[in-house]
Amino acid sequence: MGSLFRSEEMALCQLFLQSEAAYACVSELGELGLVQFRDLNPDVNAFQRKFVNEVRRCDEMERKLRYLEKEIKKDGIPMLDTGESPEAPQPREMIDLEATFEKLENELREVNQNAEALKRNFLELTELKHILRKTQVFFDESVPTVYKSSGAYSSSKYRRYPQMADNQNEDEQAQLLGEEGVRASQPGQNLKLGFVAGVILRERLPAFERMLWRACRGNVFLRQAMIETPLEDPTNGDQVHKSVFIIFFQGDQLKTRVKKICEGFRATLYPCPEAPADRREMAMGVMTRIEDLNTVLGQTQDHRHRVLVAAAKNLKNWFVKVRKIKAIYHTLNLFNLDVTQKCLIAECWVPLLDFETIQLALRRGTERSGSSVPPILNRMQTFENPPTYNRTNKFTKAFQALIDAYGVASYREMNPAPYTIITFPFLFAVMFGDLGHGAIMALFGLWMIRKEKGLAAQKTDNEIWNIFFGGRYIIFLMGVFSMYTGLIYNDIFSKSLNIFGSHWHMSYNKSTVMENKFLQLSPKVDYEGAPYPFGMDPIWQVAGANKIIFHNAYKMKISIIFGVIHMIFGVVMSWHNHTYFRNRISLIYEFIPQLIFLLLLFFYMVLLMFIKWIKFAATNEKPYSEACAPSILITFIDMVLFNTPKPPPDHCETYMFFGQHFIQVLFVLVAVGCIPVMLLAKPLLIMQARKQANEEVQPIAGATSDAETGGVSNGGSHGGGGGHEEEEELSEIFIHQSIHTIEYVLGSVSHTASYLRLWALSLAHAQLAEVLWTMVLSIGLKQEGPVGGIVLTCVFAFWAILTVGILVLMEGLSAFLHTLRLHWVEFQSKFYKGQGYAFQPFSFDAIIENGAAAAEE
Amino acid sequence: MKICGPKLSLCGLIISVWGIVQLVLMGLFFYINSVALIEDLPLEEEYHSLEDFYAAANRAYNQNAYNCWIAACIYVLTLLLSAQQFYMNSRVTAN
Repeated sequence: MGSLFRSEEMALCQLFLQSEAAYACVSELGELGLVQFRDLNPDVNAFQRKFVNEVRRCDEMERKLRYLEKEIKKDGIPMLDTGESPEAPQPREMIDLEATFEKLENELREVNQNAEALKRNFLELTELKHILRKTQVFFDESVPTVYKSSGAYSSSKYRRYPQMADNQNEDEQAQLLGEEGVRASQPGQNLKLGFVAGVILRERLPAFERMLWRACRGNVFLRQAMIETPLEDPTNGDQVHKSVFIIFFQGDQLKTRVKKICEGFRATLYPCPEAPADRREMAMGVMTRIEDLNTVLGQTQDHRHRVLVAAAKNLKNWFVKVRKIKAIYHTLNLFNLDVTQKCLIAECWVPLLDFETIQLALRRGTERSGSSVPPILNRMQTFENPPTYNRTNKFTKAFQALIDAYGVASYREMNPAPYTIITFPFLFAVMFGDLGHGAIMALFGLWMIRKEKGLAAQKTDNEIWNIFFGGRYIIFLMGVFSMYTGLIYNDIFSKSLNIFGSHWHMSYNKSTVMENKFLQLSPKVDYEGAPYPFGMDPIWQVAGANKIIFHNAYKMKISIIFGVIHMIFGVVMSWHNHTYFRNRISLIYEFIPQLIFLLLLFFYMVLLMFIKWIKFAATNEKPYSEACAPSILITFIDMVLFNTPKPPPDHCETYMFFGQHFIQVLFVLVAVGCIPVMLLAKPLLIMQARKQANEEVQPIAGATSDAETGGVSNGGSHGGGGGHEEEEELSEIFIHQSIHTIEYVLGSVSHTASYLRLWALSLAHAQLAEVLWTMVLSIGLKQEGPVGGIVLTCVFAFWAILTVGILVLMEGLSAFLHTLRLHWVEFQSKFYKGQGYAFQPFSFDAIIENGAAAAEE
Repeated sequence: MKICGPKLSLCGLIISVWGIVQLVLMGLFFYINSVALIEDLPLEEEYHSLEDFYAAANRAYNQNAYNCWIAACIYVLTLLLSAQQFYMNSRVTAN
């Protein structure tokens, strides 16, 4: 088992495969997922490779499957997903699969075509049915009395109700046109009124009406009625609303114009007989035809459903098979063909520990293909940097992902992930310390961990959920750690728990308490002397005036202490890197001065804090009483700037211990002295080494000097990468070193200050929680009388939602991001290069998962 | 009978359980006159004598304790309601 501390050792291997065994072997390797193949024909384009035909066939099969999937989804048939992954089929099975898919696709297409034609037919008939029914209404709306009394009224009135339903044809035109019509017909012109009936989309109707009016100058008459039930569009299956219209006009010219307009508006016109008897007959015929069509449509649907249900059972299985075949041929395309065409040559990165497993898989593949010649796996020497492979499990995976998001580790570099497992939740919890909020977070994480299998099985596209689920162990740990720091801060939803009994006691008498608004408890008299057993004393909860001041002093110091320890740990990690890569120069002239600089300045400040805590107390006599305690920050500033400290108050001392002034001056001088060592020593030594090498081996200067100095100058030569690289120019080395040094020196100042965010966010979180309690929940609690309970119920629900939304989710996110920054910048900058590239093995699992995700988008 | 959807009923379930636990505990703390909760009592700014203050504070503590327990009881009802709804919803999706 590889360790998490460094990435796996990798080897570049050459693989010789018999051409007939190649398919089976690659298939076995794909199941294993431990081999990363390199492209051996990078200059051959995708269409000229050997197995391009097979890949294309797989693409075609995949297209057919996607078509099937789309149809199945459209019908809402559940797809059977057993989650098992069938083995890649033999190449000869591909033909069977192709035939099956071909047959299915053709059948489905045919059924769909038929169904569409039938549906179109059905739609036409339904529309005709509606036309007949509606026009019947138009024709029936006759006002038989109009004609008789027409003389007495103005014509416009009657126009509104034209009648055509009367059997007497001679009346028809007259009634329609009212008086004018009658008058017009009187001279003997036979005016024939024509009409067309049809169906149009409802939203087009107003425009259609206006157009008709304008184009025909108001000489046509339009009636319309809505079809109440929506109709199904046969092409895309949408439900559309339509309206029936009927247009009356006079003359052929108008008729052509009206028809043109109808065409333009995509209205469908239907023949509608004029005589009512014909219409009735037609309606009957239409009804019977609709019924016939319905049965045929039902049968077609049944057939389609049967086909799809049969396909749905195997669909996922087929997808997996096809994707596997495609992946295998894709991989085979990366291989080199031997001159004799008998064998394929591949180059691949392999983790050294899995050498045996891979050889076993290859043997299995050979046996399965029935080939007699075993494949040869041959280790090669290379100067290239191998890929970085960190073996993770479900627990460490999320932490490794946090590190990799910053940059994939260089090959065999120290991996910060194992330390992050502890430091990440801890630094998060320092900012998020609250027992209640931590418990909510931990419970959420615990629920995800307990239901892990079930939740993992139901894959969703919900990105936010996937992030939460991926980080379930981080969330759980962050929650548990926050509960711990919550207990230390003695905060549960901003209230304190008095578990052990406060160690402060009141010594004022009744009258003093009654008369004073504020009273100070003296630590000398009112404090027991021994601290509260665990965390903050609950007395601070009721200290309204100086609770925050007290907490700030504590939390600021704590954050600086954690920060300095974290950074020192980071510097020590660089020691592991230097010793591993045998980089003596960096070890002596980089690591040691860096460590000294950090220890003498910042760790000394941390020590001062502890000295102050231990030496000064309210119960002590004067030079060490609480009034004499110096400010650490001022002391530190004076130390670095060589200032003379301000004279202390009476009977106090300037320095905390004997010889402090001397030690401080010495420390600063040594720390400053470290800077030129970091800056110049390494480049100068490299320069010297190069000069020597050139003098010694002048005649054969080329390879050896390169290899030697190259190895010295860039530490990562362990895997045999040094000699391959160009020798860095000296000026460049100087520039790099100076940038690195400046970054480190300035960085250690700014990074130390940066850890104060631990205090700042913790303060903000505690205050926000308190505000939420007093502004929301307190309102519910302060209600008097019996309604109080009911009000409290509502207010509590509101408070609970705000607590989760603002304090746990938003504050949690912000604390998470700050923790991430502290790890990426403040911690990793001390040792982590992160210039590697990730190991991407050829694995069916990954390919199928990606394929499914891509298809769902 | 189905009134609320699966998400709302789940939300109701969680808030109810949380409410029951926290309100029962808070009621208990009010009942034992916890000093930490004194700022949440309906008290006046000033009292004339110590006895007045103690009497008022005790009354307020008891009343708040009962209010908390009443609210917890209401949450028991909402818990039952959302549990029934949740059950209905899960049965619908199972079918």
